Amino acid sequence: MLSNIGIGLVVLIIILSFLTIYSAGLNLKSSTQVVKKDIYKLSLFQTTFTILSFFTLIIGFINSDFSLINVYENSHTTKPFFYKIAGTWGNHEGSLLLWINILVIFSYLFLVFGHTHEKKFRLYTLIFQNILILGFLFFLLLNSNPFNSIYPIPLEGLGLNPILQDPALAIHPPLLYVGFVGCSIYFSAAMASLVSGYGGKLFAKSIKTWVKISWSFQTLGIIVGSIWAYYELGWGGFWFWDPVENASLLPWFAITALMHSLIVLEKRNVLYSWVIILCLSTFILSVTGTFLVRSGILNSVHTFASDPSRGIYILLFLSVMIFSALIIFFIKYKKENYNFNFNSKETFILANNWFMVFFLVTVLIGMLYPIFLDVLTNVKISVGPPFFNIVIIPLIAPVMILMAIGPKFGWIKSQNKIFYKILFLILGAVVINLFILYFFGKYSLLSNLIFTTAIFLILHSLLDAKKFINSKNKTELPRVISHLGFGLLVFFIGVNHQFSLEEDFNLKVGEIKKTTNYTINFENIKIKESKNYKAVIGNFKLTNLKNNLIQYLNPEIRIYSNPETLTYEAAIKTRIASDIYLTMSNVSRSDYYNIKFQNKPFMIWIWISALMIALGGFMRLTLKKNED
Amino acid sequence: MLTKKVKNRILFLTFVFLLSSASIIFIIKSLNKNILYFSSPSEIKQREDITFGKAMRVGGMVKKDSIIVNKKNIQFTVTDFENEILIIYSGTVPNLFAEGKGVVAEGKLRDKNFFIADRILAKHDENYMPPEIKGIIEKNVK
Repeated sequence: MLSNIGIGLVVLIIILSFLTIYSAGLNLKSSTQVVKKDIYKLSLFQTTFTILSFFTLIIGFINSDFSLINVYENSHTTKPFFYKIAGTWGNHEGSLLLWINILVIFSYLFLVFGHTHEKKFRLYTLIFQNILILGFLFFLLLNSNPFNSIYPIPLEGLGLNPILQDPALAIHPPLLYVGFVGCSIYFSAAMASLVSGYGGKLFAKSIKTWVKISWSFQTLGIIVGSIWAYYELGWGGFWFWDPVENASLLPWFAITALMHSLIVLEKRNVLYSWVIILCLSTFILSVTGTFLVRSGILNSVHTFASDPSRGIYILLFLSVMIFSALIIFFIKYKKENYNFNFNSKETFILANNWFMVFFLVTVLIGMLYPIFLDVLTNVKISVGPPFFNIVIIPLIAPVMILMAIGPKFGWIKSQNKIFYKILFLILGAVVINLFILYFFGKYSLLSNLIFTTAIFLILHSLLDAKKFINSKNKTELPRVISHLGFGLLVFFIGVNHQFSLEEDFNLKVGEIKKTTNYTINFENIKIKESKNYKAVIGNFKLTNLKNNLIQYLNPEIRIYSNPETLTYEAAIKTRIASDIYLTMSNVSRSDYYNIKFQNKPFMIWIWISALMIALGGFMRLTLKKNED
Repeated sequence: MLTKKVKNRILFLTFVFLLSSASIIFIIKSLNKNILYFSSPSEIKQREDITFGKAMRVGGMVKKDSIIVNKKNIQFTVTDFENEILIIYSGTVPNLFAEGKGVVAEGKLRDKNFFIADRILAKHDENYMPPEIKGIIEKNVK
């Protein structure tokens, strides 16, 4: 029943997409200056039916309708209600439907909100976007249909991987998808701009908001994923340079570069081709990341759903996308006149772009090199975190200096007055860094550099923030908040990295472990039955030897029944100055439990400063109306 | 002669070119220093040029009844159904680590039968098999 409705809706959306392309084509030929009413209607119908198809699938999950293979494979009647809904996008097929939803919704919104722009440009954007939509719809229908039915109908489902049954991971995919798939609209717009010749400042204005939306959501999505990894995976880390994480970072670098160079295009009407390249590559990188992850080519610890047959389709689609983009780009490419003053804002934005591209290339090489080597020589290697750390971390220092002083430079040319202030702040940063170094312990030369520049960026941004809060003109405030957030993030990650304590040991119930600052008493274990899992809960008494503070920690080993899986739930005590993190695990029912005890300073501040970066993006969106 | 504008442009392009090549060389160099080779227990046995003391990855299946846990660490045997290697690890193992399941260990080789791991990798998904291990099993189990 639901299967038929779902497939019917998908077919209907396909027909509507074809109709939209057709009538947009007709409209292009006509001499009118406005987009026909019919096209709005078609697009609205398409959006409605797409959302409806997604709700059909959600209903399937809520009612545990196991006549759908997808529901059978990923849900279970005993699963909590919230995770039944979240399960809809917690698997490949469902998430693809979500992907299409975002493509369609963005297509409609761009059509409606872009009414001030030229007709030709809007229609071409609509056509390109619908070609993308069709590509993914066929992929859904032919290879990954969430509405495929199964007969006889199973009585019980297989259940959702328990590690995915988590609030952070329920909202992580939608956020990330709005971010990644949201890029599609300016991919289409860039193609349309090339074809219709609607370039320059007006083009920049037309996509500005969409770039900010997808940037903000991408940033937030990555942060939420990171938070999930921190408390769910039980390693106590939050970033592993894992291929899946890298795949999410690639489009982020591209879009960050885009967001900045778009300012130059809008204000100075230069860099048009470069902006187009960034528009195209952002979405291409998003799809590439998806392809590498979903096809199982990348060997990652976070891969949940992979299947090589999907890879071939996405690869095909990707090649068509890249080739047509390149062909259109080179046919329509127009030579531009660059006329730069090195002493101006553009230089700094170009520098930002250079760094972003450098980071992008680094991560891309680190990601793809093992694949190439495997294909060419059959040697299996992996690229570890040290590579990324060595190449990327030292360059964060100049980036932070540029982030602080770049926005201070005027367009065209600047005066030298601000240099004294900068000099003064650098001096302040050096002093604070030396203070930390002297009182809290030694660290390397590189860390000194990173700390000093981070503190410099923080001080500089704080002064800026103070100025903008007092003044009436708040347009620069979001930028200051994002930049301040970045400075704080680097600073807190640095502190966290330098001063984290970690102890691994095995204990039997009743034993006591003494470390330099703590005694850990493994008092007892309890068994608790829950709706869809059984938990072994450890009771640990932790005594801080410095101030005799006593805390109780209760890590869990959960045994989920559907599917049968073990998970380790960390006991985390978050305080302002540091997190206490304790996980307990057990192998082969041995008497010894493995305990991982960590003391991680300023964890909460890492999240707060990362969220500040995203907050800046969202603020930009709300401030948009008073701008200009 | 070249105008000032053209000169500036050439200067700019040369600068960009030099900067890009320098950064690519830097990336490749650091890459070569930081790659981890993956070997199966059989490959470790057979290869003459194996380096001890350099980080690498070894993988296969955890042999049945081979896991021993004591106060300090955990020991287990990894097999590719032809050869095996003993692995010692102190730390938390991933939740899908179990006897008879695939595992990848990262660490250093002490000798050809003994590996000290500082990281154990297993997947979040119980149906997943790392590609390297898939290859081993396809080769040896028929």
